[in-house]
Amino acid sequence: MAYEAPNGELFAAGHRGCAGCGEMNAVRQVLNAAGPNSIVANATGCLEVSSTGYPESAWCIPWIHAAFENAASVASGVDAALKSMGKRDGVNVFAFAGDGGTFDIGFQALSGMLERRQKVIYVVFDNEAYMNTGIQRCSSTPYGASTTTSPPGSQSIGESQDKKPIAAIVAAHEPAYTATATIAYHADLKKKVKKACEMEGPCFLHIFAPCPTGWRHGSDTTVELSRLAVDTGIFLLWEMEGGDFNDLKVTKKPPSPRKPVEEYLKTQGRFKHIINNGEEIAKIQALVDEKCKRYGIE
Amino acid sequence: MGEKIVIRGNEATAVAAKLCRPNVIPAYPITPSTLFPEKMSEFVADGELDAEFVPVESEHSAMSAAIGASAAGARVCTATASQGLELMHEMLFIAAGMRLPIVMAIGNRALSAPINIWCDHADTIAARDTGWMQFYAENNQEGMDLMINAFRIAEDKRVLTPGMVGIDAFVLTHTFEPVDVPAQSEVDDFLPKYNPEHVYLDPARPITIGSFGTPQYYMEFKYSQELGIQASSPVIDEVFADFEKRFGRKYAKITPFMADDADVLILAMGSMNGTARNAVKRLREEGKKVGVLKLTVYRPFPEEELKKLAGNAKVLAVLDRDISHGYGGAVYADASGVFVNEEKKPMLLNFIIGLGGRDVVIDDFRNIYDKCMAAVEKGGPEQRVQWVNVDFDACKGGA
Repeated sequence: MAYEAPNGELFAAGHRGCAGCGEMNAVRQVLNAAGPNSIVANATGCLEVSSTGYPESAWCIPWIHAAFENAASVASGVDAALKSMGKRDGVNVFAFAGDGGTFDIGFQALSGMLERRQKVIYVVFDNEAYMNTGIQRCSSTPYGASTTTSPPGSQSIGESQDKKPIAAIVAAHEPAYTATATIAYHADLKKKVKKACEMEGPCFLHIFAPCPTGWRHGSDTTVELSRLAVDTGIFLLWEMEGGDFNDLKVTKKPPSPRKPVEEYLKTQGRFKHIINNGEEIAKIQALVDEKCKRYGIE
Repeated sequence: MGEKIVIRGNEATAVAAKLCRPNVIPAYPITPSTLFPEKMSEFVADGELDAEFVPVESEHSAMSAAIGASAAGARVCTATASQGLELMHEMLFIAAGMRLPIVMAIGNRALSAPINIWCDHADTIAARDTGWMQFYAENNQEGMDLMINAFRIAEDKRVLTPGMVGIDAFVLTHTFEPVDVPAQSEVDDFLPKYNPEHVYLDPARPITIGSFGTPQYYMEFKYSQELGIQASSPVIDEVFADFEKRFGRKYAKITPFMADDADVLILAMGSMNGTARNAVKRLREEGKKVGVLKLTVYRPFPEEELKKLAGNAKVLAVLDRDISHGYGGAVYADASGVFVNEEKKPMLLNFIIGLGGRDVVIDDFRNIYDKCMAAVEKGGPEQRVQWVNVDFDACKGGA
């Protein structure tokens, strides 16, 4: 018997997330889709800091935070423990982490968990920089973005590398299920969470989570931006069962023709320094076009 | 009734762990502890142990998975050594801070650089401040027995503190010795089923573990943790006494040998205690008043016991198989602190010995004794910290 949360909300109001935080919104959607028979192992980051200031907690499901780089390993231990004690059936074991805790410092633990085929649903809430420490670049940060460690200057355009294709790298581990999602398409997100909960092996959900503080956009535009990211092809929504990339399905196609990336970039202060630079905009458009082509999107 | 078998130290700790019926064993191989994960995976593969063996991709993940599993209510053990323990370092604090009674066997091995796979205590000494209890075995029998005791002490509701059991690299880990293996039923009677009430990841009773502790609460968390490890002191005595009653083997935090009237007392941890006792026997035959204090429990540090046992000696020679560069040995610093406010106290000398597997031999103890007595005659030591058996010439101009 799982605990019955007040209002049925498993991630309670009253946490200290910023107004318009995409991550907090996504967490709420994930948990409400998964239901109360869930356990979360959380990496260090905004989510942990803002939801668990002792003696308060926003979590209405059992939740553990140990450190930054090891949510996948802690969740692996929970999975093994439940299995060994005969309590594994019907419980969703999640690892929640930000992009820093996944793309960078937690990558080894993630890869290990996937390879061992542990029954863990790993969810990365991707706001494209180390936001908790004050907006430093990460391997998730997109080309051109200004962060506090990729500042634009006379010798710098901002972030010099494009985003690491984390979901594709995970999919190459041949897990049970890999999917990407955004809070703007919540029916799609919910469906993917539910699907992951039914899978027998490791699952990975890459959720795009705008950060008004780090991206410098209005806190009322988080959902709109999430949609625009999909409509421009900046963030693609897809899913894949198993390890055959021929089975990759795009679940929400951008409109044809796609919206120009400029529409997305101009909404955010982190791209302010390139918004009037036609050459750089064209470069980003080309990167997005090339990626869309690989995913069979016009 | 159990049986007597001849096994290596790693196997002794693994067989002990098996007898304690762990639910989860997350482990990663490292010399000289590798036989532990090998044996545990074998026990699981053969159906001798009903548990989950999790072959993690690093020691950091081994301790992380141990934390997750223990927090979910499982009995958990693992093993590591040296660089592996250092890679785990961050997670050791977290296991202790969450009051998770994980038990870990360590093959005590030197730290790089230069890389060295042989015995010293630098690895566990570096983990001294992590909040774990620390036990050091003299031989394989002790390795086995201390593992079993460690589970019971760690899981005691007054304690709820993880514990590590050190066995010296190669000297014990790879050396075959006869060991009395208790029967499963005897261990089952000694060690009740782990039934956590304090932390438990259970959807029926959701709790938040590992939350954010602000300055307003952090010190109370840490002080409560300190109360736990302090409470282990009487629990250790109690559990050791019960163990002796059931299994006939006596353990103490500090075990004295020919110590009563000794002018010079040698305080040592681990396998060198056997050599120390042999040396002391010979020196006694020559009429030299010398004894040994075997330090089995290093954390919590047995302050009162040391005061009582060493208070009347002229010199307490603290042997450290570790070096805190820029000061001296760690055990020496602890032992000195015990006596700092005492009226009656021995002179405290520190001997750095046996680093990186350098042999510790009987003559070393004779030299140490002579140095101690010379210091008594002169009313003070030439040097507070002395390195034993080092080619000092080779280090000239070595900075």
